[in-house]
Parts: sequence; structure tokens; C-alpha cells
Amino acid sequence: MSLAVALFAVVALATGASALGVVLSRNIVRAAVWLLFTLIGVALNYLLLGAEFVGAAQLIVYVGGTLVLVVFGVMLTAQGPLRSLAARPAEWAVGGVRAAALFGLLAALALGPHAPPAVTPPDGPLPGVGPLGLAFLGFPDASPAANVTGVPDGKVFPRTPVAYLLPFEVVSVHLLVVLIGAAYLARAKRRAKA
Amino acid sequence: MIELGLPPFLLLSAFLFACGVSCLAVKRNAIGVLMGVELILNAANLNFVAFARYNPAFRVEGQVFALLVVVLAAAEAAVALAIILNFYNNHATVDVDRADDLRG
Repeated sequence: MSLAVALFAVVALATGASALGVVLSRNIVRAAVWLLFTLIGVALNYLLLGAEFVGAAQLIVYVGGTLVLVVFGVMLTAQGPLRSLAARPAEWAVGGVRAAALFGLLAALALGPHAPPAVTPPDGPLPGVGPLGLAFLGFPDASPAANVTGVPDGKVFPRTPVAYLLPFEVVSVHLLVVLIGAAYLARAKRRAKA
Repeated sequence: MIELGLPPFLLLSAFLFACGVSCLAVKRNAIGVLMGVELILNAANLNFVAFARYNPAFRVEGQVFALLVVVLAAAEAAVALAIILNFYNNHATVDVDRADDLRG
């Protein structure tokens, strides 16, 4: 067993167990802590895959930002001493069976005869911060040498160089609009004393 | 060194997705439902990065879309929490089963 396989086994087991903890914990604060460990596990998976920048962004934005938002939401809406809203056993049964069926379907698709084609990974690391930043700034990919996979045999589709300036701008304006809207929605209202 | 390959990551991602869907189904706390959405988005993101690693045609695309999903998930969490806070201010609960004011 090589180091990569062993590391992936440890990280994947931790991530999956934490995700199960999110589902199974009745207490919403404990679910938030399990979600924290799940997000850190996913970030470690990105690092194992060689995508350092995405892993760092996941840690900073998700663990540092989104999870703090969630914890603040828990704090502002907790009713009484950490009250939990439990689902009925029938809901657990239906939800569990459907989730298991969904997992079986996805696993069969990932491992079965229609699995994505096994492609030998290209040499060298994934594009780092520099090529990603250039792509976001509107420069087309510098090395679009690879062919698109998954096409019928005998056909070759070289991938076209693309840039991502427009999605970057759309996402940034979207983030601004969304944050203004969220601040407006969640503002403190003065109740009319009647 | 043995390469890990794509299927283990797809399996982990499928497990996270199933956990997120069951979280959506069984949580009655609105913030728990939001956590399920975060799990689903993370599962999709893991697939993006895994395909970026193991498919030479998506080396930049996978990471670019993973970053976009991270940003959009942050925006979605902010709006969802604002709505949940508003609902809590009006109804003094975060039970999603009691959010039936729009029932016709």
C-alpha cells in the first residue's frame, strides 16, 4: 500500500464519518462541529489531489466564513438550552432508504460499465495559482494540448482554449448583490409596540 | 508510486451527496437543512477537482468551477441564514414544518 492510498484511506474515512455525524446528530451544535470536520476533510482531499489553491480557498472561505455564519445562525435561533427538533422514525426510515438507494446508484455509475474512462493522469502538477489567476483574468489557457475524453473511438476533439473573465465578473457582482440583500433581509426591525 | 485513480474519489463524493440528501430529508431545523445543502455542494466540488486531476481535458476547468462553487455557496449560505433569521423573528421557531404560510 503506497503512501497516497494510505493517506486517502485515512482522510476519506474521516470525511465520511464526519458526514454521517452531521446526519445522525440530533443536536444542531454538534452537527455544526461535524460539518466543520467534514469541510476540513474535503479540503484535505483537494490537497491530496494536488489542487492546493482550491484546498486553501475551501479552508478560508468555507471553514472560516460559511461555517462561522452557520454557527451564528445557530446562536441567534437556538430556542432554550440547545433544543433539538427531532424527526419522526418514519421520516428517518424513508430518508435513509432513499439516501442508500441514491448512494447505490451513484456508486454503480462510478464503478460499473459506464464509468468515466480511465485516463492516465498527465505528468506534472495541476495548474497552480498563476494559471488559475490568468484564466480568471481573461487569458486563454496557455497549454490547451489535451483532447476531450469520453468521445467515440476514432474521433478527436481537441479542447479549445477558454478564459473565465465573464464568469468571474458575474460571480463577483452576484456576491455583492447577495450580500446587500442578505443584510437587508436580516436587519434588525423595530417592532411596532401596539 | 501507485496512482489512486478516479473511482475512490467518486465513491467518497457519492457518499457525501447521499449524506447531504438524507440531511435534507430528516432535519426539521432549517439550519440543519442548510448543512445538508453544504454537504451536497461539497460533494459536487470534490467531483470537479477529482476530474481536474484525472482528466487532462479539465485541468483548469475543474479548479475554476470548484472555486466558483465555493463562492456561490458562501453567498447562498448568507441569504439562507438571513431568511432563517427573518422567519425566526416572525415565528419564533426554525422548524421547517411550520413554514406553511404560503399554503393556498
